[in-house]
Amino acid sequence: MARITVTVNGADHTDEVEPRLLLAHYLRDKLRLTGTHIGCDTTNCGACTVLCDGLPVKSCTMFAVQADGREIITVEGLATGGQLQPIQQGFKEEHGLQCGFCTPGMMVAATALLERNPDPSEEEIRWALSGNVCRCTGYVNIVKAVRWAAQAMQEQAAPEEPATRQPATEQAATR
Amino acid sequence: MFPAAFDYRSPAALEDVLDSLAAYGDEAKVLAGGMSLIPMMKLRFASPEVLVDLGRVPGLDAVQETPDGLRIGALVRHAELEASELLRQRYPVMAAAAPLIADPLVRNRGTLVGSLAHADPAGDWGSVMLALNAEVVARSTAGQRVIPVREFFTGPFSTVLQPTEVAVEVRVPRPSSRSGGTYLKLERKVGDFATVGVAAHLELDNERIGRAGLALTAVGGHNVVAAEAEEVLAGAEPGPEVFAEAAEAAARAADPPSDVRGSADYKRQVVRTYVRRGLARSLELAQAA
Ligand SMILES: Cc1cc2nc3c(=O)[nH]c(=O)nc-3n(C[C@H](O)[C@H](O)[C@H](O)COP(=O)(O)OP(=O)(O)OC[C@H]3O[C@@H](n4cnc5c(N)ncnc54)[C@H](O)[C@@H]3O)c2cc1C
Ligand code: FES
Ligand code: FES
Repeated sequence: MARITVTVNGADHTDEVEPRLLLAHYLRDKLRLTGTHIGCDTTNCGACTVLCDGLPVKSCTMFAVQADGREIITVEGLATGGQLQPIQQGFKEEHGLQCGFCTPGMMVAATALLERNPDPSEEEIRWALSGNVCRCTGYVNIVKAVRWAAQAMQEQAAPEEPATRQPATEQAATR
Repeated sequence: MFPAAFDYRSPAALEDVLDSLAAYGDEAKVLAGGMSLIPMMKLRFASPEVLVDLGRVPGLDAVQETPDGLRIGALVRHAELEASELLRQRYPVMAAAAPLIADPLVRNRGTLVGSLAHADPAGDWGSVMLALNAEVVARSTAGQRVIPVREFFTGPFSTVLQPTEVAVEVRVPRPSSRSGGTYLKLERKVGDFATVGVAAHLELDNERIGRAGLALTAVGGHNVVAAEAEEVLAGAEPGPEVFAEAAEAAARAADPPSDVRGSADYKRQVVRTYVRRGLARSLELAQAA
């Protein structure tokens, strides 16, 4: 057994774990954070995506002991104070899910994308989510959901200035 | 799925890693990004008794440029190489390959050095490093040795590394100022291993080809150098004729398996086409440099 301390969604957890315990199982079974899904269990689908020190990774392919001292964010950590985060809201507004199995991984990966690139193109969104597989939606609405979130976050950052707003075409050119 | 039980060591100093490996020999395995090893352990294709994690060893996570070239530490992830401006400017073969490896999530953990140590014949970095004539620096309690990548691979998933050795870095020689290169990969979908991959690198010397580096992915027991093709190119006047000749020679160096990704003949044809395209693109970049 090994003693680990992991910061999960802002709270420190200290536990004795077997070295072979996968991070996904630690989160789901030990911490009861079942939002992190296990889909393929073979490192292919991204349903298990969490942020590790800010980077999206597959928690089915990392041991909990490797997360010792690191900061993990799961889908449960996205909303604050019962308030949906813009990406979650975007998935709701744009119908970015059907069965919802891939959704936590998608939202976590999209969170990392918008952190790095607040105004991604469709191409950039598809590229950033290319490690996350969805068997239902065909991805179109997932891309729309992320665009929705990007726009919402920009409007939040710069709430009002409608009079000076550039025409859409110029905005695109200056991106 | 979960792996067989193992002891976990996570030393904070390289010396302790080397001591552990010396003590446990082939019962131990080094863990870098874990993107090949952990899936294999979950499938119980690998059941090491001891896992020695490099994750907390300081000083292994840097990409450094020296007058001689690049030094890439054992913890440098694919994603960092994908984002590197330096690679885009001076090491275009690497810049072309990085975004084609696995998917973004795997690239956040997997390492270039681990990829070489893993020696998957369908791994992409192997060909890139062969084309660039890179070297692997290996350390053990017995000392350090520098292994040319061209002498590194011995077969599918096997290299000259000893169980007591850690590959601490890869050294990539600095290409001449008038050089160019690229990596072309045919994959069925994003995240797939190569059906065929071609790494091409050309250095110009007074409008003739100086050194040429050409290596192939997924068409043999390990990443292979198209040596005959390199000879055809060296000293020649660059252009479609000699590139076509090199493509034929490279196709002869390829011995691909027929499998779900395509027949051997098909893959050999992809080698021909990609070698021609890769060399043409390399030449363009070299002439623009
Ligand atoms: C879904 C998926 C898709 C992938 N697609 C591709 C692809 O398209 N192209 C491609 O090239 N690769 C692909 N990979 C493999 C990926 O690139 C791995 O990151 C890489 O092969 C291994 O690097 P690692 O750091 O993860 O090594 P690990 O998994 O940690 O180790 C792999 C092996 O190398 C040994 N090792 C690692 N580092 C060292 C070291 N420093 N010294 C000595 N031994 C060491 C380990 O003991 C182990 O045997 C894919 C992987 C996955 C899961
Ligand atoms: S469950 Fe982890 S990648 Fe599919
Ligand atoms: S919504 Fe069903 S898998 Fe994506």
